Amino acid sequence: MRSAANALEVDQLSRVFDVSAPWLTRMIDRKPKRYLRAVQDVTFVVERGKCLALVGESGCGKSTVARLVTGLYRPSEGAIVFGPSSDGRPMEAQMIFQDPHASLNPRWRVGDIIAEPIREFGLREGNDAINGRVAELLRTVGLSADDTKRFPHEFSGGQRQRISIARALASEPEFLVCDEPTSALDVSVQAQILNLMRKLQDELGLTYLFISHNLAVVRHMADRIAVMYLGRIVESGETEALFANPQHPYTQLLLQTIPDVTSPNRDRQMMGGEPPSPLDPPKGCAFHPRCPVASEICRSVAPDVRQRQGGGSIACHMAPID
Amino acid sequence: MTVATHPSMSDVPALDVRGLSVEFPTRKGVLTALSEVSLTIQRGEIVGVVGESGAGKSMTGMSVLGLLEPPGRISAGEIRIGGKRTDNLGESEMAHIRGRMVGAIFQDPLTSLNPLFSIGQQLIETIRLHSDRNRAEAKAHAIDLLKQVGIPGADERIDHYPHQFSGGMRQRVVIALALAGNPQLIIADEPTTALDVSIQAQITALLRELCREHGTGVMLVTHDMGVIAETADRVAVMYAGRVIEVGPVDEVLSRPKHPYTRGLMGSIPALGARVERLAQIDGAMPRLNAIPSGCAFNPRCLDAGPRCRQVRPAMVAEGKGAAEGGVACLVYDGGVQ
Repeated sequence: MRSAANALEVDQLSRVFDVSAPWLTRMIDRKPKRYLRAVQDVTFVVERGKCLALVGESGCGKSTVARLVTGLYRPSEGAIVFGPSSDGRPMEAQMIFQDPHASLNPRWRVGDIIAEPIREFGLREGNDAINGRVAELLRTVGLSADDTKRFPHEFSGGQRQRISIARALASEPEFLVCDEPTSALDVSVQAQILNLMRKLQDELGLTYLFISHNLAVVRHMADRIAVMYLGRIVESGETEALFANPQHPYTQLLLQTIPDVTSPNRDRQMMGGEPPSPLDPPKGCAFHPRCPVASEICRSVAPDVRQRQGGGSIACHMAPID
Repeated sequence: MTVATHPSMSDVPALDVRGLSVEFPTRKGVLTALSEVSLTIQRGEIVGVVGESGAGKSMTGMSVLGLLEPPGRISAGEIRIGGKRTDNLGESEMAHIRGRMVGAIFQDPLTSLNPLFSIGQQLIETIRLHSDRNRAEAKAHAIDLLKQVGIPGADERIDHYPHQFSGGMRQRVVIALALAGNPQLIIADEPTTALDVSIQAQITALLRELCREHGTGVMLVTHDMGVIAETADRVAVMYAGRVIEVGPVDEVLSRPKHPYTRGLMGSIPALGARVERLAQIDGAMPRLNAIPSGCAFNPRCLDAGPRCRQVRPAMVAEGKGAAEGGVACLVYDGGVQ
């Protein structure tokens, strides 16, 4: 699997959280320790200069993967390997967070926020060079160089997300992990940010790991998509192939249930049930209680991830073998 | 059921808002949050109110519910719920109207339920407040409501507390609560925003089905055009405190007239096809203290002309009843020059 064309290779990644009650409570109630398997055996690669999107509903583990990849959590098992960057050093990754109100320090001026990574990594010598670089970054993301003296609260949500992007770009990374970068924004602002991210990808050759629950946004941004359900990747593939011919029953149902503006479907098949708690996942395939085609084997044996022709993968007993 | 006891009752719209303006007096002057908003919702009709943050869509819903936060006040216009004028009522009279004539569903079901009471206690209290049922009848009705909103095992679940329900189930309980007083109108403010897509579809389908059955009018406030496309009969688009376009959903979404609606529709990534670049409306919605003169959208509008900076466009209405629509744009009203 290892190849120089890959910016990131993630192999059999798992993360378990200890969510036990405090020791004394546990002793009194005679309860065992409890573990939450947030991410389980997740394997994917992101090709250099491409965008891989992880999609899924809340609690499916997509944000945990983002945090594992950027090193904010340590993996319980598995490996995360970044490819070499263009100058041969290990690739640098940065992260853009969902809520631009919470991810910018309210007591710092925008100029200081963006200059911090430049100073920390020693990327420029001297204040003039640093200030020049900050102004250049602000212009790159569509803000004005005069904005350095202002505070985050003086900006709207979309502008704040632009500041987050400028800060992420300040350390000159080649890899960006974007965790729901537009879900806190209005649609017209979302369009501005998505257009900006596509433009930056073309101009700077960035590689994206894009986390979102919005399949329409994902289709706009991603070259490849991996669909997650309860900590596992259930299906992955090229964006257009996945949309044209989804194989996993969960992907099919997900695509059917999204309200679409261009072709509304008021008589759709409703996905029954709700995602189960990751604390108490169902036996066998985690999707079987909601699956319309589940059979006996699905209730007892968890399906293996099978590679499909054309580079995709699927984890389902009932999907046709190709 | 109190529905249509009088032959003309069904002709009276569930909600009729005329020229509603809401102001917030502040130290720096009066902010106009809503300006001459007019909206009609027939019984059994779902009218979507869309717009971006700060457009005034929630403010419209709150004004109808009589829940404006002081110092906010209605400075002009009328609100009629089921024919009864409510904008000039006092707090105690309004408390009487809320629940009985107008129900509410809010975004976060966890904060709209009381965590210290079982959902049965909350439902029974609401039912008894708004009808003369005794405790046993109210409980039977509560179980019936829970069944209607699709909660499995309603007989047992009625004694559970809000934290024992999942987000989607909690929102169903909130819908049951909104229906408990058998209101003519429900204000649903972002009812599915906190839910996952697969649950969102269940809730919108439920809302649609129930309001058809009960003949309840629904004001569906949301920023999600997809939800509107699949749920609402008519839609009103708001911008900077004004309704700028209204009409049947298919009409507004597939053939938007107002330049803002056109831009908004173009900026939504569609599931059907991938485009290289989304249409984008540059700039942002003006703040309340800096609403431009003339048409509020003119600084961001590609079609704007000199007249747009001077003349405030009025709503040009056309059609009646279910086909009622209109647009407030000078392009359709005498030109922009």
